[in-house]
Amino acid sequence: MSVFDQVGDWLTNPDHWKTTLGIAGIPQRLGEHLQYTGLAVLIAAVIAIPLGAYIGHTGRGGTVVVGVVNSFRALPELGLLILLVLAMGLTLALEAVTIALVLLAVPVLLAGTYSGVRNVDRAAVDAARGMGMSEWEILLKVELPNALPLILGAVRSATLQVIATASIAAAVSLGGLGRFVIDGNALREYDQMAAGAVLIAGLAIVVELLLTGLQWLVVSPGLRKKTSRRTRARTAIPTSR
Amino acid sequence: MNWVIDHIPELLSAAVDHLQLALLPVVVGLVLSLPLGWVANRWTVARAILVPVSGLLYTIPSLALFVMMPLLLGTKILDPINVQAALTIYTVALLVRSIADALAAVPDSVVQAASAMGYRTVGRFFAVELPLAIPVLVAGVRVAAVSNISLVAVGQIIGVGGLGYFLLHGAQSSPPNYQEIIAGIALIVLLALVVDGLLALAGRALTPWTRQQRGPVGRGRSVVSR
Repeated sequence: MSVFDQVGDWLTNPDHWKTTLGIAGIPQRLGEHLQYTGLAVLIAAVIAIPLGAYIGHTGRGGTVVVGVVNSFRALPELGLLILLVLAMGLTLALEAVTIALVLLAVPVLLAGTYSGVRNVDRAAVDAARGMGMSEWEILLKVELPNALPLILGAVRSATLQVIATASIAAAVSLGGLGRFVIDGNALREYDQMAAGAVLIAGLAIVVELLLTGLQWLVVSPGLRKKTSRRTRARTAIPTSR
Repeated sequence: MNWVIDHIPELLSAAVDHLQLALLPVVVGLVLSLPLGWVANRWTVARAILVPVSGLLYTIPSLALFVMMPLLLGTKILDPINVQAALTIYTVALLVRSIADALAAVPDSVVQAASAMGYRTVGRFFAVELPLAIPVLVAGVRVAAVSNISLVAVGQIIGVGGLGYFLLHGAQSSPPNYQEIIAGIALIVLLALVVDGLLALAGRALTPWTRQQRGPVGRGRSVVSR
């Protein structure tokens, strides 16, 4: 039997789709994965988007943001998870993992929101100011709608980075889909490992497609056609994972 | 610091392994993505296929990609080639788009002037279009190198992780060996920063013509392109 068949068999085995005798099935692990991810992205967004918008609007502290973001990219996710879980103890492992995930998502969201707001056409902002808009109105009615493509792009990359890191959470004794990879490795069951990997990859791709769709739906039609060959180069470098 | 001082040789040899695991994929990925990026820029159809596909590949979390490599390559699970192949895929996925976009940003007038001076397609690519694409290319290579260095540690979960070894080993010792974990993390961050700095310097050295034009506008852009 080929490896592909083994993985297919593992994934289609009904026993792996329900939780029996304390052994969690795929739906429970998926639920855990989504729970870790959703909570962390939500907290990170509440912190980073207002802060990024403020820094982008005032222009103060921009260099600090770029520095912080760049230095966080070098930090190994696994190390951050391990240190936080050890420092807070296994009883608080969930909290520790959430903090680690938030710490990874904040810089991505901060940078996206900051550069989104910062790069709104200055002429549009000046025009809004000239029309008598207050600073709040400028931020809410001009800068944020114009920055939406970059902000949502940042939400997308932050979410995917969190999904990726949440799959490592199993290495520090938490749940999530990474559990199948870690347990499969410990038991030398490659079919379980590979099935776990396929599930993680599938989750990431589905979320990516959903968020891309959302981005397309939400962004103002006036901003959609702007990706001419020239402007594309500006956003050419994707954020790190 | 005692543990660190006692284990300097192990740390150094793991750091060398780590660099090799992270950077060989950057080199291979760069070589592969140059023609792919050129093709993506040259033909709209190719771009419509290559860019979304690389976006999706880049989406796959590292742990999953490492574990799926034996499925695709027929390698053994603990083979270091799995980690290197997966990181190569990430590098290509990241750079194909950067290169295609950087080539697209070369002004038509420049390309036409080069053609008028007698450059054929290949010569023009290496003498004109590629050098003009260097700033974007270097930015992409820096992101790839830094994130690869950080991702190698994840490979430790399947047994191939360079400095990542000290993270898991330190955590599994009882009591946990914080010195070992922190030394591992610090070395990974240090490697990433040093490599990033060296690449930035190389980028500057390769593009002497960009230095005179640094105005306020140029600074604003460097923020976007991170």
